[in-house]
Amino acid sequence: MNGREQHAEGCTETMNAITAVNDFVVKFANVNGSGSASANELFAKAIMRMGVPVAPRNIFPSNIQGLPTWYEARVCEKGYAGRRGGVDLMVAMNPQTWDADVSEIAPGGYLFYDSTRPMLASKFRADVNVIGVPLTAIANATYSDPRQRQLFKNIIYVGALSVLLDVDASVFETLFAEQYRGKERLLESNVRALHLGRDYVREHLAAPIGLRVERRDHVGEQIFVDGNSAIALGLVYGGATVAAWYPITPSTSIAEAFQKYCSKYRVDAASGRQNFAIVQAEDELAAIGVVVGAGWNGARAFTATSGPGISLMTEFIGLAYFAEIPVTIIDVQRGGPSTGMPTRTQQSDLISTAYASHGDTKHVLLFPQDPHECFEHAAAALDLADRLQTPIFVMTDLDIGMNQRLCRPFQWDEQRDYDRGKVMSAAELDAGREFARYKDVDGDGIPWRTLPGTHPTKGSYFTRGTTRDPYARYSERGPDYLYNMDRLRRKFKTAATLVPQPVERAAKQKTPWGVIYFGSTSPAMAEALDVLEARGIAVDAMRLRAFPFPDSVPAFIAAHERVFVVEQNVDAQMRSMLINELEIDPARLIKVLHCDGTPITARFITRTIAEHIEAAGKATPERAMEAA
Amino acid sequence: MTYIAKPKLHHPTLTRNNVGYTRRDYEGRISTLCAGCGHDSISAAIVQACWELDIEPHRVAKLSGIGCSSKTPDYFLGASHGFNSVHGRMPSVLTGANLANRELLYLGISGDGDSASIGLGQFANAMRRGVRMAYIVENNGVYGLTKGQFSATADRGSKSKKGAINTDAPIDLVGLALQLGATYVARSFSGDKAQLVPLIKGAMEHGGAAFIDVISPCVTFNNHAGSTKSYDYVREHNDAVSRIDFISEHEEITTDYAPGEVVDVRQHDGSVLRLRKLHPEYDPTDRLAAMNYMHEQQARGEIVTGLLYVDPLATDLHTAFNTTERPLNTLGRAELCPGARALDKINASLR
Repeated sequence: MNGREQHAEGCTETMNAITAVNDFVVKFANVNGSGSASANELFAKAIMRMGVPVAPRNIFPSNIQGLPTWYEARVCEKGYAGRRGGVDLMVAMNPQTWDADVSEIAPGGYLFYDSTRPMLASKFRADVNVIGVPLTAIANATYSDPRQRQLFKNIIYVGALSVLLDVDASVFETLFAEQYRGKERLLESNVRALHLGRDYVREHLAAPIGLRVERRDHVGEQIFVDGNSAIALGLVYGGATVAAWYPITPSTSIAEAFQKYCSKYRVDAASGRQNFAIVQAEDELAAIGVVVGAGWNGARAFTATSGPGISLMTEFIGLAYFAEIPVTIIDVQRGGPSTGMPTRTQQSDLISTAYASHGDTKHVLLFPQDPHECFEHAAAALDLADRLQTPIFVMTDLDIGMNQRLCRPFQWDEQRDYDRGKVMSAAELDAGREFARYKDVDGDGIPWRTLPGTHPTKGSYFTRGTTRDPYARYSERGPDYLYNMDRLRRKFKTAATLVPQPVERAAKQKTPWGVIYFGSTSPAMAEALDVLEARGIAVDAMRLRAFPFPDSVPAFIAAHERVFVVEQNVDAQMRSMLINELEIDPARLIKVLHCDGTPITARFITRTIAEHIEAAGKATPERAMEAA
Repeated sequence: MTYIAKPKLHHPTLTRNNVGYTRRDYEGRISTLCAGCGHDSISAAIVQACWELDIEPHRVAKLSGIGCSSKTPDYFLGASHGFNSVHGRMPSVLTGANLANRELLYLGISGDGDSASIGLGQFANAMRRGVRMAYIVENNGVYGLTKGQFSATADRGSKSKKGAINTDAPIDLVGLALQLGATYVARSFSGDKAQLVPLIKGAMEHGGAAFIDVISPCVTFNNHAGSTKSYDYVREHNDAVSRIDFISEHEEITTDYAPGEVVDVRQHDGSVLRLRKLHPEYDPTDRLAAMNYMHEQQARGEIVTGLLYVDPLATDLHTAFNTTERPLNTLGRAELCPGARALDKINASLR
């Protein structure tokens, strides 16, 4: 508890207690399927309505009911959205995990529990403040229906916490009123449960505790949304009409959200008919096959999956690459290899997507950092797929995809039109324009295509995965093959100029140290850079937003003596890709790897980078420049 | 597959159909299959059927998987877009293509290895979804391009060219199609053009998933004594339940058979399938009866051919989805993008 004052706090015991305003971590230990998720979200939203940013994370098992699940909410008025690490207040609602949960609390932290049944003294820690509220007893005395008892017990603990942390009742009441508009009975019963918890604490306990929420204005226009919903919305705005998918955690909610948004925004008002088609396929092979067929025929199509799905799709991905068919694939990464850790996060599909399929293939990857960019990149992917006529991967992960994150609001330029790429029309064919499906007529490596049914006599061609000449005629001649592969390489270079470009953040002073990161590492990195700066350690940062790497990436590496590459996988896959694609000396790229399935923390990044720089004795720029 | 284009010589006396095309306009490149291959006869039947149906060639999209049969789309309808996709995965590619543009006609060409072995899952699911297409399996019970291995439709006890006996039970795609809800199910023989052409025509005009299993002997690897997919074997064991004539919507329906011999089945689009019944008791609109009959005949070693089942009022996946009439690939920003104001509201709901 860096720099925090510790003092005696009179809640239930007198001892040292952490005090913090708008800067603490609350972890809820629940049982999967007990209805806690919505109560926990309510808690987070209420704090945000107080103007204080919250970054929550679901830590859940591959299970429907019964196994432990956690919700870790980081309250942070500075707006750092990465995982901090450590727990200040544990809401221990799950007896199964009690011991582990209690051991996780920071010294001087707080343990909130259901005190209906007496607990052995040995089950508590001497250095932790204990807050007991008889939740079950209160719920049982108020409700007779078992389901109500369970669900309202969750609201009762939220009510109790609100007094302990000094959160206004009015923000909850407003949230309930919004949520249960027109459902007066639900509204009243929720408000009642909230006050049961509040009243108990006010009558029996000292409140607030050392952790408090004070009103601020640090949330502003930001929205609170999960990455999967943002992706789905970006695909709706970007004009996707055909979706094919197979259920897989953690990507499933993309297809479900797409269905939801389409039902609202894509039904023709006059006819009542759908301007979209969604196929829940029999497997990932069929899902990508549908997308390839639709892309070939000129519809914007996508699939959403995770690593195991990518493995099944790779044959088709190679076909789409070589036959040059627009395809958009969302990969919400989870822990691998194989089934790995299906409900945990990783950035470990980089190589398996960048070089997916047999033969010499290379694919375009986008790396959104948060739900705002998920929306942007999803829409951009559809444009890029049409422009480049190739598979485009949007690489998110469970941390972004399945957690709600406070981020900039979505934006859409009303003037923006879709880039449908090089599609030759019947009029152009009639005007005598030559059609050569696989010929580089513009010098950018991107050929022109026609859609089936365009013209009675001109522009038809036969699509195949085997090689062909520039006119799409079957050929096994070496020169035809080489022409084609050279052109595909040229197209990949063009891609580097069209994809979202990297974002740089320069240190306040000149430094030989650089750091490269991407995707969900972003919030932890932003915090780590601030902490490093405060400690006098200067590091220039580059956030990659896409593969292939634009020219600014080798330039950034060349401008630094050593560059940390921060990523969330075991084998430093991004570093390998930088070495492989840019022919960088491996000694210049330092691995910073976090890969245990939890989201990376600022503490980890800061410690790893600081230790390395301090060990190198080059923390001061002067010495470093001399060395360079 | 070949890069040799057929010379486009149009003899002035070649008959033109109602949309101004001659049969030559429906041909493709020169086949590279073995001389006498049953598949070439099927290609010829497709050419004939499309010409007779007055289909403009470019309004057809032809898709296939991998294998000898899947090469054939290069050999017919040269003015159509074609897609030689991935082994066993034509049904999903065709499904996606169909969803993108409901106005084209979709012709799926596959083989027994492609559909019954590696692609059985996709075959099954395309049938049960009711994707509107004419799905033709060119069934020879053998892998040709890899030179003579059994496929999943090879009969138990059938002998390979090298003398191996197949010990696995066969997969009957017709039986599966019936069970899975295909709404037009037929079996034919590549050597019986008179039966095959009208069956293809009926399938092309059908409103839902149409499936035709065409026994198509492999002259190189499966046409010997001991094979149950040879020309001789099929000719000897062919039990045709019906001969069909296909009558387009605008054609006059004339009766030249005695009552009781023929059944006229009017399809969704107004076209008529005229069945000349060879088995008076056989009812092609009764799915259960069709399955029973087929299984009974199969147990006797007979290959039932003809139109086995049809639901003349069948609809397709677009009907199930209530998709808009306009092809999805023609919709633009106006129809697809909810716009900035809607996004402001969405943002507001997320605070």
